[in-house]
Amino acid sequence: MSTSVGKHLEERIMLGLMIVSTVLVVGSLLLILATVVVKGAPALNLAMLTQVPRGGYYLGKEGGILNAIAGSLALAGGATVLSFLLGLGVALYLQLFVRQGSRFAHLVRLSLDVLWGVPSIVYGAFGFTLLLMLKMRASLLGGIIALALLELPVMVRGMEEVMEMVPFGLKEASYALGATRLETALRVFVRQAAPGIVTVMLLAFGRGIGDAASVLFTAGYTDRMPNSLLRPVASLPLAVFFQLGTPLPEVQQRAYAAALVLVVIVLGISLLTRLLVRRLSRYVVR
Amino acid sequence: MSAKRWRRSKDRLAGRAMGTLALLVAVLVFFIVVALAARARPLLDIQSPVELLTSSEWHPLQGKFGFLTFIAGTVWVTVLAMALAVPPCLLCAIYLAEYAPRRLRSAIKPIIDLLAGIPSVVYGLWGVLMVVPFIREVVTPLAAQHLGAIPLLRVDNPTGYGILASGVVLAVMVFPVIISVTEEVIRAVPDGMREAALALGATRWQMVEGVVLRRALPGVIAAVVLGFSRAFGETMAVMMVVGNVPQIPRSIFDAAYPLPALIANNYGEMMSIPLYDSALLAAALVLLLIVLAFTIAARVILLHAVRRAT
Repeated sequence: MSTSVGKHLEERIMLGLMIVSTVLVVGSLLLILATVVVKGAPALNLAMLTQVPRGGYYLGKEGGILNAIAGSLALAGGATVLSFLLGLGVALYLQLFVRQGSRFAHLVRLSLDVLWGVPSIVYGAFGFTLLLMLKMRASLLGGIIALALLELPVMVRGMEEVMEMVPFGLKEASYALGATRLETALRVFVRQAAPGIVTVMLLAFGRGIGDAASVLFTAGYTDRMPNSLLRPVASLPLAVFFQLGTPLPEVQQRAYAAALVLVVIVLGISLLTRLLVRRLSRYVVR
Repeated sequence: MSAKRWRRSKDRLAGRAMGTLALLVAVLVFFIVVALAARARPLLDIQSPVELLTSSEWHPLQGKFGFLTFIAGTVWVTVLAMALAVPPCLLCAIYLAEYAPRRLRSAIKPIIDLLAGIPSVVYGLWGVLMVVPFIREVVTPLAAQHLGAIPLLRVDNPTGYGILASGVVLAVMVFPVIISVTEEVIRAVPDGMREAALALGATRWQMVEGVVLRRALPGVIAAVVLGFSRAFGETMAVMMVVGNVPQIPRSIFDAAYPLPALIANNYGEMMSIPLYDSALLAAALVLLLIVLAFTIAARVILLHAVRRAT
């Protein structure tokens, strides 16, 4: 590489490799989307979206995936509400109730980062041990608990990020008027950060609805619509997984349809949060 | 006066309640470890942890539980996935951070971020529909003809389901993770360093290689470790394409049976065979401890990197 020809040749080769890699990465990711759309779109029709499977989800050739759609919305919705309630308290505590540079706050944040990396199958196994302890069976409630734990790190870290953008002056002004920390938290922080908090909730919902391994043990699967907190529910990721495994092409159609519905929901949420963030950041002073 | 006291005590009460929640979060990981360990205890009373980890005998009905086969499966799959993912990810991240025109970058970045959210079961579906048939129809026959002599590439399994398929699926799955972190740490390298290198007559690549990458190295390593731990614990996508045959793999075309797949596949029977539930929850514990070690390693490296950068 000592000659100038050599170094320019090297530059060319590396640039070529980089462009090839980028095309490979973006191409393979788009290929996944294309596969799901190409397979899923023909399988999708009104009956698919409005009926539960008839004759059993594994062998019945008739019916749709409404049980899984409703189950997934119930699971992820319930988990998002639960982890929001837990997470809001933790985030407000870390923002307003601890001293600057508190060791405890540092420990909580470290723990959240670690929890973020815990595989979802471990949440499933842990949820299962909780169910055993409570002498419960796989159920909507069990699934909600496991998913809420899975969503918690996203929720707290996200809300903290949003709350850190609340101008320092607002906090000072609130304290100067004699408000307590709790009043500042609820009337100033939550209100000011509300749009951002909604974005974070959507993100957490997106993480929850796509996860299969954690609901496998804790929520089970069923042909029925969700009707009780204590009964098993179906979910979209497991609808893909179970129904893809059958030898019957009609049943596999339901798996493709479920995958497409899942991807549409997840990407829809992603786009929505992006729009929200852009819209909100128009008013943020930088 | 009493209104003021009421407001104060409400504040203190709320503070305590929220503090308790925060404390629960702080000890949650620890609690998960303890809960899993407690359930794994009956098995650990009979078999020592060392035996559990180093034995490859898996006969639940005879009460023999050895994880070695499954740990080997996980390691094979994850290592192959990282070998496939890391080079293109680094090159792509360097391209996005250093070379790509602004508009191209702002078009590609959102696509990659967006696709990071795709559920793993969808990656698995893609694996079943495209990767497995491709390996079965194209790669396997070619390899059987030309590469059979190389030990790691011997073909004994023509189904397409196996380590190679799950390695490819996992590699694509960790693309977004590795690229977004790597790109960020590369962009955090101060421009002055780039300018200095360029002013000395370096080409752009020489600048990247000699200055930017050297500076960003700890962050890049952390990105790779993060990707590794994500791949290590991945369940659904792997389970759908890996074949699930309990054997110690000898070639990338062999089927394997990784640890997460073991747990997920057998949850149905685990209450019907004695000690089976202990064994599966012990497997979850092993998985958790390994991932924890990786996460903490990544954090230490990143912390080191931040300290060096400031």
